[in-house]
Amino acid sequence: MGPSLNPSLLLAAIPATAFGACLLPLLLQRFGRTAAAVGAATVMATCLALLLPLAPAALTDHTELARISWLPAYGLDLSLRLDGLGLLFCLLICGIGLLVVLYAAWYLPDSDRLGRFYSILLLFMAAMLGIVLSENLLLLLIFWEITSLSSFLLVAYRSDKYESRIGARMALAVTGGGGLALLAGILLLGHIAGSYELSVILAASERIHAHALYAPALILILLGAFTKSAQFPFHFWLPSAMAAPTPVSAYLHSATMVKAGVFLLARLYPALGGSDLWFWLVSGTGAATLVYAAAIALFRNDIKGLLAYSTISHLGLITLLFGLDTPLSVVAGIFHIINHAIFKASLFMAAGVIDHECGTRDMRRVNGMFRRMPITATLAIIAAGSMAGVPLLNGFLSKEMFFAETVSYPQFETLTWVLPLFATIAGMLAVAYSSRFVHDVFFNGEPVDLPRQPHEPPRWMRAPIELLVLLCLLVGLFPGWTVGPLLAAAAGAALQAPLPEFTLALWHGFNQPLLMSVLALAGGVILYALRAPLFAWQAELPPMHPRTAFERFYRRLNTGARWTLAAIDNGSLQRYNALLLSFIVLLGGWAFFSGPAATIRVAGQPIDEASVGALLTLLLGTVGATLLYRQRLLAVILVSVVGLVVALTFIRLSAPDLALTQFAVETGTIILMLLVLYYLPAGSAPRSSAPRLIRDLLLALLAGGGLGLITLKMLAAPFETISGFYLQEAIPGGGGANVVNVILVDFRGFDTLGEITVLAMVALAAHALLDRLILHAPPADTDGRRWATDAHPLFLSMLMRPLLPFSLTVSVYILLRGHNLPGGGFVAGLITSVALVMQYLANGIASTQPRMPGRPTRFLALGLLLAAGVGVASWPFGRPFLTSAHGHIQLPLLGEIELASAMIFDLGVYIVVVTVVLTVLSGLGRLSLRLHRQQETS
Amino acid sequence: MEALLAIAVGVLTACGVFLILRARTFPVLLGLTLLSYAVNLFLFASGRLRLDAPPLIRAGATYTDPLPQALVLTAIVIGFGMTAYLAMLALRGLAESGADHVDAREEP
Repeated sequence: MGPSLNPSLLLAAIPATAFGACLLPLLLQRFGRTAAAVGAATVMATCLALLLPLAPAALTDHTELARISWLPAYGLDLSLRLDGLGLLFCLLICGIGLLVVLYAAWYLPDSDRLGRFYSILLLFMAAMLGIVLSENLLLLLIFWEITSLSSFLLVAYRSDKYESRIGARMALAVTGGGGLALLAGILLLGHIAGSYELSVILAASERIHAHALYAPALILILLGAFTKSAQFPFHFWLPSAMAAPTPVSAYLHSATMVKAGVFLLARLYPALGGSDLWFWLVSGTGAATLVYAAAIALFRNDIKGLLAYSTISHLGLITLLFGLDTPLSVVAGIFHIINHAIFKASLFMAAGVIDHECGTRDMRRVNGMFRRMPITATLAIIAAGSMAGVPLLNGFLSKEMFFAETVSYPQFETLTWVLPLFATIAGMLAVAYSSRFVHDVFFNGEPVDLPRQPHEPPRWMRAPIELLVLLCLLVGLFPGWTVGPLLAAAAGAALQAPLPEFTLALWHGFNQPLLMSVLALAGGVILYALRAPLFAWQAELPPMHPRTAFERFYRRLNTGARWTLAAIDNGSLQRYNALLLSFIVLLGGWAFFSGPAATIRVAGQPIDEASVGALLTLLLGTVGATLLYRQRLLAVILVSVVGLVVALTFIRLSAPDLALTQFAVETGTIILMLLVLYYLPAGSAPRSSAPRLIRDLLLALLAGGGLGLITLKMLAAPFETISGFYLQEAIPGGGGANVVNVILVDFRGFDTLGEITVLAMVALAAHALLDRLILHAPPADTDGRRWATDAHPLFLSMLMRPLLPFSLTVSVYILLRGHNLPGGGFVAGLITSVALVMQYLANGIASTQPRMPGRPTRFLALGLLLAAGVGVASWPFGRPFLTSAHGHIQLPLLGEIELASAMIFDLGVYIVVVTVVLTVLSGLGRLSLRLHRQQETS
Repeated sequence: MEALLAIAVGVLTACGVFLILRARTFPVLLGLTLLSYAVNLFLFASGRLRLDAPPLIRAGATYTDPLPQALVLTAIVIGFGMTAYLAMLALRGLAESGADHVDAREEP
């Protein structure tokens, strides 16, 4: 490696390689499972190789940073850091990862194509590397969640098995839930420290401790760490996750993922540690987990179950060490992280070998394996010795440090014996369950009814175990020489302070910790010897499973959700409507009553007789239509009366354009309603039930009364128009005197373009909905009178033909004058369509349809293109979209005419409106044509 | 005059809401029409009520607010589009399910 290599680039390359190449095994799968395994191993080895040039600096307390700006506004950058702690974890992740890749190739059955498995494993590894290399806490959280998701996929690898799916779901629910708490905690922490960058947060310890939000932030972050590291009472997901293939357990559930929680404790220790709350929460949880899980482990019959509870117990030990909150206990905690990863990974692999060879992991049946697989047995016995804390092995060293810490712990002045007692009991239990594992599996007579004939596994399946056990011995015998520098660098990074004095040695002389070790070893063996009465006593205990409690909770949650859904979402449109309206009424009421109370009276318009008469007519029509809605024809007529009154209101209140539009729309609406009425079944509706009626009436009164009140209040409030600009600029800027039209086609032309697009969509929808629609209208009405089948009345058709050119001329006139006088594209379009619909009515669909030009979709496109084209036409002149131009031209006979480009826009509007109305109404009309043809043929 | 308009808006809304809560498609269609009258009048009223002041530029005239008018004008046309769409949906529903119930089935 040359000195020119940029270290921060190298650092960024590690997670980038891992993430970038995680699909490699999937791609190599086609070349066989060996290719997939080689691909996965290559990626891991590459990460390791990228790490090595950075290692010397990290070992000398140097922190390497790399930063790429990502979302600076949210304080989220792709920033990475490599220090001693990160280096240690990277080595564990990549090193044990490599061994697991090798092991899995032998462990998983030949029928599995390993591409998917290895790809998920690589994704997981990449996310783990991300966690331990993150400088930004939000980035860390993203990686944290990816580990939860990828571990879900890995645990559910055998997705056809119920156990796998349940285990995976539980692991995801618990660690994912913890991830949410962690997110909240990190947001609080970032808020307190003013940054999400670790360098800032780790240096802001005093500020963080003094802040009022310290306690909630700490509790939330600890929830995240404890769920991930399976601490009591969140531990239950780990034994359930044992449904995963054993390589996954060896990797995720001993060496890496469950260590993410304790890694977080180590990482944030300088910022969060050193308070009473930290001490009580962390050491309390750790101590409870340590003893409880060790006791359960003794009684598990499944080898992996025993190892899982043992893992929980050891994680509790590490947590307890971080909770003790002295520099030396942090060193011990990190040392135990290393040792536990090494011996527990090898034990899981050994358990996998036994499972693989025997076809079962039940310790009541798997006995006497020492004679059948002596080499594997020897390896497993050494690793189990390390787990129990037998001297000469690495587990002994960190356990001695742990004992020493409990003895010298300064805070319990009067109760100095409490912690050592706890530690010794936990040590005894560890010895007892390790003894059980060794004795039951490898000795204890002959195997019982095994599915397979066990013998030594393939050479390469055993190789990873051999290597790990060799490490157990080497670290146990020569700690200072093997892990000394790495441990010092990692502990230094975790403490962010000078290291305390400590010596890594096998022999510290006769002292209290040694006495505790001897007690634990002897007591553990005695405990195991007395197992018969102990097991009998345990069998009597009432079952106490947080796991079943979780399952029950989960089921209740599901039932509750289903019940809520059934109550709200029952498929009834009426109920949705009622719920929505109630919500609107509540919201409106709340806004109305919480708004400013003062109402300022402004002089209103005087009331005259005509207006009162109009109101009475409107009320008559509205209430009449509502009461008589079952008499449909009458109701339609009453509604049209209401529409006419509304149009008259617009005239009275200075809105001639609105009145014209309302009149034209009214005509269209009535024709539409009559056409629909013909097909819809008459008189089929049963009466609503009384409660339903009361509910609807109440809602109607509340909604109507509310909107009436709001209208009154709005009209009484003082008002300042925002339309001064439009009035001023209509003629100089838009070239038209009719301000409403100028607003529509010029100032707010973009809105109008959107609106005619919506209209065009209605026409397209009409096309789709009415396509091939066959309806069976009754031959007679409800009173038994047959529908008239007469030809179209001659008088009407004769009258309508000469009227057509006349009404078309009127509509063109309205279109052209719209820019200056009431009128415009919308009104003219409606008038034209009504005129054409009159032709349909007078002459019948059969004779009118062939006379209509072209397909409606073409006209829709033409109209939209015209309108949009005018807008685009302003671009070549360097103006924004829809800038209009206008000018005056002199025409013979007609004199001076003012032309504005907005008129072409209006023409587009006109074409779209005509097409939409005709498509809808003639489409409905054609239905009857189809119906008549059908009746004639039958 | 303001009170009259408020009464009109209130009654139109109440009747419209009652009708759109019915179970058959035809009253829902009627209710939607009434409701759009109410909403259009309400929107229009936000520009306040003025007599004899149409927003047509003439010498020496006063004008009412043109902006709500422009909004309501498109609202009227879009309202027609919506009513038409609903009517066709009702017919299609009738053809597919054989009933004119809004849920395409009787009470659940």
